[in-house]
Amino acid sequence: MFDFSTVTNWLHELLLGWMPAWLATTTECILVALFLLLAYSVLAMIYIMYERWVCGWIQCRRGPIRVGPAGLLQIFADVFKILTKEIITLWHTDKFLFFLAPFLVVLASVLTFACLPWGKGMQLIDFNIGAFFIIAVSSIGVLGILLAGWSSNSKYTLIGAMRSGAQMISYELSVGISVLTMVCLAGTMSITGIVEAQKDGWFLFTGHIPAIIAFLIYIVAANAENNRGPFDLPEAEHELTAGYHTEYSGIHYGLFYLAEYLNLFVVSGIASLLFLGGWMPLHIPGWEGFNTVMDYIPSTIWFLGKAFFMTFIFMWIRWSFPRVRIDQMLALEWRYLMPVGLVNLVVMAIVVTQGWHF
Amino acid sequence: MADLQQQIAALCPQAQFDTVDNLLMVTVDDAQWHALAQQLKENLHFDQLSCLAGVDWKDSIGVVYYLTNTDTQEMVHVKVATTDREHPMLHSVSDIWAVANYQEREAYDFFGIVFIGHPDMRRFFLRNDWVGHPLRKDYDENPELNPIRLEDEMNEDDTCTYIEDEDGNVKKVDGKVFEDDEYVINFGPQHPSTHGVLRYRVSLDGEMVKKVDVVSGYIHRGIEKMCESLTYPQTLLYTERMDYMAAHINRHCLCMCIEKALGIEVPRRAELIRLMMDELMRLSSHLLSYGCLTMDQGATTAFFYGFRERELIYDIFDRTCGARMSMSYSTIGGVVADVHPDFIKDVRHACDVIESKMKEYHQLFTGNVIARNRMVGVGELRKEDAINYCITGPSGRASGVHCDVRKTHPYSLYSEFDFDEVIRTEGDSMARYMVRMDEMLQSIKILRQACDKFEQCEGNEYIAEKVPKMIKLPAGHWYQQVEASRGAFGVYLESDGDPKPFQKPYRMHFQSPCFNLIGVVDLTCRDNMIADLITITASIDFVIPDIDR
Repeated sequence: MFDFSTVTNWLHELLLGWMPAWLATTTECILVALFLLLAYSVLAMIYIMYERWVCGWIQCRRGPIRVGPAGLLQIFADVFKILTKEIITLWHTDKFLFFLAPFLVVLASVLTFACLPWGKGMQLIDFNIGAFFIIAVSSIGVLGILLAGWSSNSKYTLIGAMRSGAQMISYELSVGISVLTMVCLAGTMSITGIVEAQKDGWFLFTGHIPAIIAFLIYIVAANAENNRGPFDLPEAEHELTAGYHTEYSGIHYGLFYLAEYLNLFVVSGIASLLFLGGWMPLHIPGWEGFNTVMDYIPSTIWFLGKAFFMTFIFMWIRWSFPRVRIDQMLALEWRYLMPVGLVNLVVMAIVVTQGWHF
Repeated sequence: MADLQQQIAALCPQAQFDTVDNLLMVTVDDAQWHALAQQLKENLHFDQLSCLAGVDWKDSIGVVYYLTNTDTQEMVHVKVATTDREHPMLHSVSDIWAVANYQEREAYDFFGIVFIGHPDMRRFFLRNDWVGHPLRKDYDENPELNPIRLEDEMNEDDTCTYIEDEDGNVKKVDGKVFEDDEYVINFGPQHPSTHGVLRYRVSLDGEMVKKVDVVSGYIHRGIEKMCESLTYPQTLLYTERMDYMAAHINRHCLCMCIEKALGIEVPRRAELIRLMMDELMRLSSHLLSYGCLTMDQGATTAFFYGFRERELIYDIFDRTCGARMSMSYSTIGGVVADVHPDFIKDVRHACDVIESKMKEYHQLFTGNVIARNRMVGVGELRKEDAINYCITGPSGRASGVHCDVRKTHPYSLYSEFDFDEVIRTEGDSMARYMVRMDEMLQSIKILRQACDKFEQCEGNEYIAEKVPKMIKLPAGHWYQQVEASRGAFGVYLESDGDPKPFQKPYRMHFQSPCFNLIGVVDLTCRDNMIADLITITASIDFVIPDIDR
């Protein structure tokens, strides 16, 4: 299987031939950042179209078909529109916090985005505490949402922000616990380590029942963490018109929109990392021929494929279910998901120490 | 009826009696009215105030009340008037029939009649700085008096009530709708879930709703006022612009009312066509209400499923009437044109498709655990309240009230058809939703029978031959009710028998079902959450132009 680190090593050597080591590292950092932002915006565009097509398909519609062949240019038209729209500033708002909020939301999603296992040797941020880092930075987002709701100085956004705060902080627990359960199985927090540990089979298959429970908890909690239906209460269109970002316009609104779609990719990516082996091809121990064939498919394709598959599941859920109510949402988390998740973590620990997993 | 007359005469010896439009009419003075009203409700069980129409008779000004006994479905109407045109005052009956609360506010708005004892005597539709009361015959229409105002309405929190002391002196007491320290949030007039331009002012405690104040009139077009300057065939047009989801049914009602006044017999074929159009309209309305209810709770996909089948019905309207909305199809004496040759085939096809897709709706939404949690037990409306607030239609039947006009006062050809009145007893949002779903099956049943009857029907006369070109009604008043998609729709029509050509109605009042439906928003939503407010209002299912008229 092609290891992308050969490319990075070659580039590193090449740069060292021309410039001192500090400059080479800085150049590489800039290149990586450029790649990251490029991938971020391109993926956001792909995701918006993806959502529209899936949603149209589920709803017996055709989705966008008018602009360009098969509606492909629709997204460019939309991006252009949102970029050229006026940014409306309101009276009686805290302007600094009001403008800071969308950037905090985007910051959180870019940081988490950088942790994803893009392919063999394509790990951008690779700590030995990678999983922990993901949990930590992803919770910056809630700060941005709270700020947006608070600084808009509007009753609707305030309710939206308060709902969002309650929801995201609650569901972060479940996401964290299900991540911990899988870390427990992998025996490492390093993202490369978690992927490598799934060489002989993805955790969803090797982890026994606790892994499946953790997967289900993760799907529910990640949906809530992402403010997507059936947990889209913070922006519940039919109750709060647009929730915390009601007062935003132009590109500031666009940033919230962008972050929302990228967060969808991020949670799908983390799901594929923890449960479906990240970029790791499907390996079945003992089937050497099969494994070799699977290895011929590039690792990036594996990762993206899994992420898109997970996204499809999230979209399917979103477009099928009605929205839950705030008390039901909190009850679901604190009465069911978190206790089940905690017990599941203990069970997983027992399974791992006893070696009952595959 | 003579029996009833004796009973009422025993209760109130001063009352005068008359029989108008096959109904007993009682005329009493305002002094005896409140006591009589109490007696009518308690002793004679007239527990529902079906219609309240303010009328300006030039020499006097007053109100006509239509009362219904929900056990026997007997109706009686009471006329109460005052000759004091400067400061007309009547006693409020909002403490006896809760529905009178908003109805009296409307009468105050249009006629300037102050109701003594009414808890919240504000205008209902017009701004509080409006000059004059537009439906009075001496109303000054000078546009300079009421220019288009560009500033906000002032003091919208102010309200007042008129209290009568023991000596008969009436005193005005000011009050406030909301206290200063309440967290009041605006829902509407531009809000995705009010389905139009209705506005609630909601007092919140966290996520809990403490009080809802309905502010109406954003789409008020003064249809009743406009009708007074149009000839009868012209007024038909406005019926479709009230509840546009019951366009055929409302128009059918006004046509029947005028036909009743003129004594025109409608050909059977025309009556069958009207009836089928009514039922198609009801199907389309319930499909829309399914879609909106599901979408308001976030299930966007279910919305499209409902709209997909609705398209079949709209195609039928399009082929026969030439329009998808505001069809203008019924007319005085029949319908304007014969149906499309494929009409029966299309109707049968639509019935088959919708019936088969009903299963899909239930699978997608009804059984969903989130949907059930959101709707079961939410916004319960007890049977007594439903009667007291005159909640009719699917919402009333969900609370166990036997109120289907097709059964209680059969009109058109409904007595020939075999169908069930869907009644549930829970009274919650789920029951209201399920009543609509089951009613769709009943409508399909009626439509299938109607198709058979239509094929057997002899003659191809779709409009009565003897409709006069110039429609002139004798002096008098008439009331006609039909079962519209959202409840009992009534037309109160009064004619002064003007002998000149192009006679215009003296007074036309539309008793729209949705007007009564918003009356229970505060009652049902109080102490529920914001999300429940949306669920409850969606399940009550009102159409805003029908409230505002």
